[in-house]
Amino acid sequence: MSVSALDLAQGAGRAPVGGPAGGATPGERGFAGAMKGAAIAVALVLVGVLIFLAVRGGPAFFAGAADLPAHAGNFLSLAAPLAFGSLWVAVIALAVASLPSIGVALAATIYAPSARFGRLLGAVLDLLAAVPSVVFGLWGLMVLAPAMVPLYDWAHQHLGWLPFFAGQPSVTGRTVLTAGLVVAVMILPIMAAMCRESFALTPPALMEAAYALGATRWEMVRTAVLPVARSGIVAGGMLGLGRALGETMAVAMVLSATPGLISVNVISAENPSTIAAFIASTFPESTGSKVSALIALGLVLFAISLVVSILGRRFAKTGVAK
Amino acid sequence: MTLTLTRKAPQSDAVATFASCRPTWRRRTKDRLATTAVVGAAVLTAVPLTLVIWAAIQRGSERLDLTLFTNSMRGVVGQGGGLLHALTGTLLITAATAVISIPLGISAAIYLTEYGGQTRLASITRRAVDIMVSIPSIVAGLAAYALFSLLLGPGTRSGLAGAVALAMIMIPVVVRASEEVLRLVPGDLREAGLALGSPKWRVIWRIVLPTALPGLTAGSVLGVARIIGETAPLLLVAGFTDAMNYNLAEGRMATLPVYIYTQWSAKGLDTAAYDQRAWAGALVLMAVVVVLQVAARALPPQIAKLRRNR
Amino acid sequence: MKLGKTRRVAVTATAAAVLLAAMSGCAANEEQPNDNQSSGGSAGATQEQLQGELNGAGASSQSAAQEAWKAGFVGLQPGVTVNYDPQGSGVGREQFTAGGLGFVGTDAPFKADEAKGGHGSCTEASPLVEVPVYISPIVVAFNLEGIASLNLAPNVIADIFTGKISNWNDPAIAADNPEAQLPDLRIVPVHRSDKSGTTGNFTDYLSATAAQAWTAGETEEWPESGGEGAEKTQGMVEALSAGNGTIGYVDAGQAKALSWASIKVGEEWVAPSAEGAAKAVAESSLEEGRGEGDVVYELNRTTTAAGAYPLILVSYLAACEKYEDANTAQLVSSYLKYVTSDAGQQAAAANAGSAPITSEADLSAKVSAAVERIGS
Repeated sequence: MSVSALDLAQGAGRAPVGGPAGGATPGERGFAGAMKGAAIAVALVLVGVLIFLAVRGGPAFFAGAADLPAHAGNFLSLAAPLAFGSLWVAVIALAVASLPSIGVALAATIYAPSARFGRLLGAVLDLLAAVPSVVFGLWGLMVLAPAMVPLYDWAHQHLGWLPFFAGQPSVTGRTVLTAGLVVAVMILPIMAAMCRESFALTPPALMEAAYALGATRWEMVRTAVLPVARSGIVAGGMLGLGRALGETMAVAMVLSATPGLISVNVISAENPSTIAAFIASTFPESTGSKVSALIALGLVLFAISLVVSILGRRFAKTGVAK
Repeated sequence: MTLTLTRKAPQSDAVATFASCRPTWRRRTKDRLATTAVVGAAVLTAVPLTLVIWAAIQRGSERLDLTLFTNSMRGVVGQGGGLLHALTGTLLITAATAVISIPLGISAAIYLTEYGGQTRLASITRRAVDIMVSIPSIVAGLAAYALFSLLLGPGTRSGLAGAVALAMIMIPVVVRASEEVLRLVPGDLREAGLALGSPKWRVIWRIVLPTALPGLTAGSVLGVARIIGETAPLLLVAGFTDAMNYNLAEGRMATLPVYIYTQWSAKGLDTAAYDQRAWAGALVLMAVVVVLQVAARALPPQIAKLRRNR
Repeated sequence: MKLGKTRRVAVTATAAAVLLAAMSGCAANEEQPNDNQSSGGSAGATQEQLQGELNGAGASSQSAAQEAWKAGFVGLQPGVTVNYDPQGSGVGREQFTAGGLGFVGTDAPFKADEAKGGHGSCTEASPLVEVPVYISPIVVAFNLEGIASLNLAPNVIADIFTGKISNWNDPAIAADNPEAQLPDLRIVPVHRSDKSGTTGNFTDYLSATAAQAWTAGETEEWPESGGEGAEKTQGMVEALSAGNGTIGYVDAGQAKALSWASIKVGEEWVAPSAEGAAKAVAESSLEEGRGEGDVVYELNRTTTAAGAYPLILVSYLAACEKYEDANTAQLVSSYLKYVTSDAGQQAAAANAGSAPITSEADLSAKVSAAVERIGS
């Protein structure tokens, strides 16, 4: 786990450790050529993905009502509510998971009473990351959703003046908030791993300096650890957001979805669907042009998560950069 | 959200706040509150995990018997049956994905660190990897579907198609992790090798790669852990069958996540039997992933050391 | 490096052991019959023993029934492997036409001109054989504390699902249920959020029987914006069981734990039953303009025959009349004969809760005649 998380956020642009390829023995040329070929192949995979998606999905961008699923009149009216739903679920998940992920990362690093405790907590997080999404789907549907119903009733009674809790609450608990909670649990380990790495990179001298000035532990964290780790935390959040956008089966199974709806109500029975969940639940019964529409939706989702990851990298760069 | 965190310069803030030696009551309370919150967050994280595992044990442990591991679902109606075919499928498809992704990913990483540098190709490849990281898994499934339906006609399902979809997710993970690890190999080692007159490729082959091996392995295991629980792309392109299939190139192939999903979604009258199989499948899949994670932890002692020396 | 070595070895060994265990051979329930097939005519077998693999795919509604059929058929023909991937009718039809399947299960039959020919595994001029094999009553199921059954007329059902009737004590419901103690409770209609044949048949029923109240027509994707959505039959069942005041439409086999509504047929109230479902098919007429082997029913949703339950899902098996490959032809013919036999239909009823077509002699005869046409 430890290797990847930060790498995913930082990426590009460092000088090669070795020099340029020099003296050309056949072995050297062969090896260097093979490595170069692999690099080209990786780039080609991406080009291939885009081409296949564009070839099969392209026509759907201009398709009419007869060729689109979900009774949509044109592609925009199909994609826009679904894109909203994807972002809405992802933002809820991010809002729920961000503070706990920072907290648990602090607990595993700065606050850990012993290295062993830190490792244990790390194992719990890895385990959480290992639970497959169908299992979270089953759990969310059978266990979490029914358990949330009284809470939603309470929220409606006391916070009903907020648009999020207006209207009749769902009697089954399969709302966008429940889906967001399930996704939050799924992205929490990813975000926590990034935070953990960032916290571990705090220069010890800075921490000791803070303590030497009489800071309490929290003050030390606030003034020495968090500012240094800021970009890592944000990058972790963006990584989590990206993963939440693409989450498919858990959302499809938990969410009571109404494709075509845009609503910010989080406790209602009627919720916007997400792109990924919509694709998964419509694909099996679709043929021909409808499949093209689903592939085009996949392209839209790809574009959204790409924007999110670019933002994440930008945040990661403007920060520590040591 | 995280954006609200303080942006003040650390030093000036520190001087201002810590002027006195003994923290005031207010500062101590704040500190205690923060500690409580942090511990609370740690406990909070363990809660959903406990609940999920508990639910799986409660609902699936009854079927955690030998039959589960020795039988497929062929000819099974209602009670009985097992998941051997799905376990085999998961292992085969994962292995195929690894065979595609790991050599390709590590080689590309070698090019990036040892040869590419700031060349045009290197920056294109890095950019491509950055983009590939954000491919949602269902989009990878759709891309594999589009590819195989163009090549072999619509509706084609095979284990290989599943592996291709998963490779699109795994390759960037392996490239990123490997590149990071290869950079951690000290430059002195390379220079020493080159100074002895070895050609560069032999230095890489004999010195750089062996040094980085544990890290490369960890990165690969990480990539495998990322894809082994994927459901949606396999549902689209690998299909489902109730019998053993060892042939990646032909025919539908069951996998554990899809097995869990179909046991849940397509039940016969004896619903309890299907539910139990689904949850038992969940337990098995979690166990497989835990074994992988433990393996990843056991493997790379150097990585941490290299990282610290940076 | 040395420190990690033992651990590494242990981990590798464990992984290898797991892998070996999985790869070491076939599943215990999958003995290879090909190996012990040396004796040509096996003792006691009345049928010709076939060999080979038969691939099918399609409607997920048939999944539990196919499970029973596969198991039963392998009992008769141990040398044959039948696969059925319940991935959905649409995907199945597409793949059948492309030529990857021996037969396809589909909730919506091929269009009449599609059924005339041009499918992958068939000979060029071969039309399709389509037969109804899986008839399931769709239950209007609800979860209302203390109420075990209700009478709901089609227009009331339509009004409930469009949101016009939103409370259980609505006079329209009370009028048909004078005995029931209807609570003052919000109705939560639940519909399928995935595209499904069940939704298609339910909306078809409503548009035929309550055209004024239900204007959205027949559609496999839920057209209204109100109410809860649920993924697959099981999502529907979970949603209905979870909340008090919910109502939805479920294939009868999966609705056992819920309360069922009786629907109005003519002037009678009819509870969902297998016999009623089969009867409703028998009361329907064959769709016109189709070939002789193409037994597709134009379901008569407005039948008034006594005891008929017209809110049903009929799922078809489609196959070629003439196959390119003689062995495939034999396998398909033999499998479909079993599926449409009384034994096959009873096996499906036992595992899926479907209505045996063999309870209606006329229907059964038409189906058998069509299946007889399959050959090479």
